[in-house]
Amino acid sequence: MKLFIGFVTKEFYHIFRDKRSLFILFGMPIVQILLFGFAITNEINNVDIAILDHSKDATTKEIINKISTSKYFSIKQHIEREADIETVFKKGKVKAVLNFEKDFSKNLIKDYQATVQIISDATDPNTANTISNYVSSILQNYLQEQNKGIKINYVIISQPRMVYNPELKSVYMFVPGVMTIILMLVSAMMTSISITREKELGTMEILLVSPIKPFQVIIGKVFPYIFLSIINAIVIVLLSIFIFKMPVQGSLFLLGVESVLFIISALALGILISTISATQQTAMMISLMGLMLPVILLSGFIFPISSMPVPLQIISNVIPAKWFIIILKGIMLKGVGLQFIWKETLILFGMTFFFIVLSVKKYKIRLE
Amino acid sequence: MNSNNVIQAEGLTKIFGDFTAVNAITFEVKKGEIFGFLGANGAGKTTAMKMLIGISLPTSGAAQVAGFDVFTKAEDIKKNIGYMSQKFALYDDLTVKENITFFGGIYGLSKVKIKIKTKELIDDLGLDEVANQLVGSLPLGWKQKISFSVALLHEPKIVFLDEPTGGVDPITRRQFWEMIYRAAHEGTTIFVTTHYMDEAEYCDRVSIMVNGKIEALDTPKKLKEQFQVDNMNDVFLKLARG
Repeated sequence: MKLFIGFVTKEFYHIFRDKRSLFILFGMPIVQILLFGFAITNEINNVDIAILDHSKDATTKEIINKISTSKYFSIKQHIEREADIETVFKKGKVKAVLNFEKDFSKNLIKDYQATVQIISDATDPNTANTISNYVSSILQNYLQEQNKGIKINYVIISQPRMVYNPELKSVYMFVPGVMTIILMLVSAMMTSISITREKELGTMEILLVSPIKPFQVIIGKVFPYIFLSIINAIVIVLLSIFIFKMPVQGSLFLLGVESVLFIISALALGILISTISATQQTAMMISLMGLMLPVILLSGFIFPISSMPVPLQIISNVIPAKWFIIILKGIMLKGVGLQFIWKETLILFGMTFFFIVLSVKKYKIRLE
Repeated sequence: MNSNNVIQAEGLTKIFGDFTAVNAITFEVKKGEIFGFLGANGAGKTTAMKMLIGISLPTSGAAQVAGFDVFTKAEDIKKNIGYMSQKFALYDDLTVKENITFFGGIYGLSKVKIKIKTKELIDDLGLDEVANQLVGSLPLGWKQKISFSVALLHEPKIVFLDEPTGGVDPITRRQFWEMIYRAAHEGTTIFVTTHYMDEAEYCDRVSIMVNGKIEALDTPKKLKEQFQVDNMNDVFLKLARG
């Protein structure tokens, strides 16, 4: 125990005396969260749209009025013919066209349903998707107001409802992803770098010649990063609650336990990386290319897994981050308990166990 | 095993794939001796040393260090030896005192003992003014001396020095050898690899490795007689050129 404390003390000296480590540890999480939260956003503001209104009746006027007064859209143009739709898109003046069918009001009263076509410019798929979501949520809103006090339920258009993120705030989607990236980066990259640094400087050799056991070296090196990663997780959650007003719906305790599980799996990966790389630079490259890219691209953080080609969907299953993001979204956004995410937790647990066994085995081989 | 021998190797061999790095070396080192382990780069010195300090498993042969078998008792060997590598591996971002505390700790020294040793070491080396400075800011010669003293912290029976004087100036080298003599005088056995042939003259006995084999082993004086030359440099050249 005395040995352990001595080792951890030394490790903290390393971390607190190295400005770069400190920045990666504490500066980056904050910068990333703010960046993703504020700058890289899927929210839309004042998007130019065009209207093609075949009915021009009271209902459509009301709807159009509602859309134009929202801060999300500004109506740039009214067009009269279907043929004009392509023209306005080609000119690039508008991002979307709302096409109201003929006899909109009549249909709504007679059949209880009427149709609006939302035609979005899909050269920017994310924005297109967001626009159609925004429009349909405005339509829903309008209907709700109309349906108040009337027994008959009118339907305008059927669109997936945004249950978990009614305000369509993109930061809600980014927080779990950024948290995953940060924990992965801090845990895996920083440990692999700090272990390879000892190899590079020759101090690892001294440690191996001393009576201290290899697993003691590893635990001593890894422990400070478990501690710092947990602090990071707390900082990220606090930032998202207080800066972005994103409530954590589920149990904070469960969130903590799942985060520690993910942190340990990332640390095991870090140890694994350190066993196969001889220099700090190699360790960093492997961490970035081998861990960060899959986490960003294949975990479902930015690109939805369901819209990937099948081979990539299959590959995404072996990425721990994918499961952790599902767990995080479950706890943070939907407020579910363990009974809904036990499967993902079990998978993550299995992966963590596998990485630990593998890294311990690899580490021993290196000594022979 | 002769009780006077602290290191005894017989037919010690290490093979990597189809390359024989160390080819059946046999030698012994007596207690309190300064034993020079010489050889050109790549002759197998470091590999042989790694087997003796318990971080590399021999392919065949037998060896005992401080009375413990290298195959089965590596952990016991580690408690009884000190080691200083070519890189004078101290932590640059720790102060002199912190380094001493840390290394004392991993060798299981008590807090009190570490305190006493730290004071001794700082007084001996005249490090008062720099004791709280980061090691990274010190000149190479100082790092080397501190590194040697740290290797002796736990009072090991044998201390292994892997090319300890690489890159330091002649005066510092001279001072460093004085430290080695003092340690040997106090009963510590010194096992030192070097390729400075003038340093070989300071050793009690030297072995010279060529291509994984020990080609010569005796006192510097006898080796010079045997090869009919004036200095160790010529002994080495004659051997290395075959």
